[in-house]
Amino acid sequence: MLKYVLKRIFYAILTMFLICFITFFAMNAIPGGPFNGEKAKSKAVMKVLNERYSLDKPVLVQFGNYMKNLLHGDLGVSLKNGRDVSQTIAESFAVSAKIGLIAVVIAIIFGIILGSIAALNRNKWPDRVIVFFATLATAMPSFVLATLLLLVFCIQLKWIPVWSSTSHSYILPVISLSLYPMAYITRLTKTSMLDVLGQDYIRTARAKGVSQRKVIFVHALRNALIPVITYIGPMTAGVLTGSLVVEKIFTIGGLGSKFVDCITNRDYTMIMGTTIFLASFIVVVNLLSDLVYKVIDPRIKLS
Amino acid sequence: MEESVKIEAEGISEEAEEKVRENEENPVLSVRNLHTSFFTDSGEVKAVNGVSFNLKKGKILGIVGESGSGKSVTAYSIMQILADTGRVVEGEILYNGKNVLKFNKKEMHAFRGDKCSIIFQDPMTSLNPTFTIGSQINEAIMLHTDRKTRKAATARSIELLEMVGVNEPEKRISQYPHELSGGMRQRVMIAMALACEPDILIADEPTTALDVTIQAQILELMKSLQEKMGMAIILVTHDLGVIAYMCDEIIVMYGGRVCERGTADDIFYRPCHEYTKGLLRSIPNIENMKERLVPIAGSPINLLNLPKGCAFCARCDNAMKICLEEVPPEMEMPDGHFASCWLNVKKAAEQEQAEKQAGAAAVKAGADTTAAKADEKTGEAEV
Repeated sequence: MLKYVLKRIFYAILTMFLICFITFFAMNAIPGGPFNGEKAKSKAVMKVLNERYSLDKPVLVQFGNYMKNLLHGDLGVSLKNGRDVSQTIAESFAVSAKIGLIAVVIAIIFGIILGSIAALNRNKWPDRVIVFFATLATAMPSFVLATLLLLVFCIQLKWIPVWSSTSHSYILPVISLSLYPMAYITRLTKTSMLDVLGQDYIRTARAKGVSQRKVIFVHALRNALIPVITYIGPMTAGVLTGSLVVEKIFTIGGLGSKFVDCITNRDYTMIMGTTIFLASFIVVVNLLSDLVYKVIDPRIKLS
Repeated sequence: MEESVKIEAEGISEEAEEKVRENEENPVLSVRNLHTSFFTDSGEVKAVNGVSFNLKKGKILGIVGESGSGKSVTAYSIMQILADTGRVVEGEILYNGKNVLKFNKKEMHAFRGDKCSIIFQDPMTSLNPTFTIGSQINEAIMLHTDRKTRKAATARSIELLEMVGVNEPEKRISQYPHELSGGMRQRVMIAMALACEPDILIADEPTTALDVTIQAQILELMKSLQEKMGMAIILVTHDLGVIAYMCDEIIVMYGGRVCERGTADDIFYRPCHEYTKGLLRSIPNIENMKERLVPIAGSPINLLNLPKGCAFCARCDNAMKICLEEVPPEMEMPDGHFASCWLNVKKAAEQEQAEKQAGAAAVKAGADTTAAKADEKTGEAEV
């Protein structure tokens, strides 16, 4: 187990290095730079600025410098507003993660419950209703959903103000973030549950005299959740790091919207910082979900 | 001192005699006219169509037949562990005189696993892959016995594993099913089934998924445990060798009906149903390696549309007109076993007729002689 984790950490570092390398060169290959604003600056000013941020040096040298600073834990300052990159990421991630975490928890709990209900009432009306809405939710893009929610609840019904800094403004973003993963988990749980309920060991459990409720919640659910967990890991990473569309529509200053902003601004240090943060977050979550997978399914061999 | 021992011994023998009598009169399980169907999208699949049998205490009853003959469904009907679409539509299953089909949920949970338990065909898939061997056996123990704590149950689990011949039971209880071999897993299944010392053990093709050497070990184990614990066993199999070795009584099933029932000797040496005869012909014989095996021609019947008459009719070489029209009745054979085949009815009728004719002939012959004598007399008189 420890050996496996160490091996995975080694691979994770390798992955991170490759991501840094590719991103750095790809970013520099995009035309334009951080100081090409709408107002044309004089050549002298540009020269000073480029020198100040070592942008005049060859890209490879710049990359070497960046990696050296990174090893010291220094992500640098934003080229756009001069603020510390790591601090900006920490602040905006806190916002994204707060909404994301609520959305993930809702998606998992309701997804598993609804999926189980659908599986246990196969071909009866609860199954049909759940499957209908789950299909609808997986088919609807989040920008359509978010816009519709705004239109209905903020503008037509006026239940929720369009913009507010207090917590209830999280309701709509959370709904629009959680609906897709919830629907997906519902469908996944249903298929997996139906598969498991037809397995021989479920019949064995029934033959032992175990009550129906215990057969479902102890014997079936644990096995049915194995495929669900493989999905939950990456999904959590995706939702926690913030959705660009949802954050833009609801004007939330999360990591998702910051990420897109810094790309359009060619804010090199900020692009690198957010990329490294998101990538390492996803790598860690994947490792964790593999470990959880092992705990739930003893047949999995980690090697 | 000696006297008291003697009295006790007498008492025991009396009790034993009483028990024997009880055994003969009250079967532990009695299945009467069982009909089980599966209601599928394409219609009602009649898997079991009027099966009846008695299972006596401490006896082994074998149910043999090919795939789709309804043997497993009969077993699952007794335990009420049919698939969602399956239902017993008619008949009774009496456990010590009480109808299992009328049990409420609680009674059913108490019946399953405690009074009646089952071993399945494939030990690879019959154990839950995400729980340890120990926790799966413990579950049965904690449900049905006084050992309610995990510790007490584990002690019993170790005992059971030892009894079924699993080596290093202390180590095994914390292992997962995938860490054991097929034979070991089947032993675990047997340990789990016997955890609460049931009155009835149903073994649904317990050796089909195992290789031959392990098969013999498992059968030997079941036989010795049966002698030790005295439960009744229903052994469902398509392996005639297993049946011959294990069973006190045998039922041959085809198309969801019983076609022949009797002891191993009755079935193997004096088969009276065309299907049983076909089955026996299809067993390879080690002394006759060059001869081709004789299979039963055709394929199993479609249980969606059962024929009006005998289910085996379409594959029977000696079928008659009546076989198409009517289901053959169960008839007692001269040696005391039972078969359901019109040929037997015909044979019996022919025999009866022949006897009658012989009788009539004898009478006629008698009459003739008297006539002749009379003639002689008249002749004499004439002379």
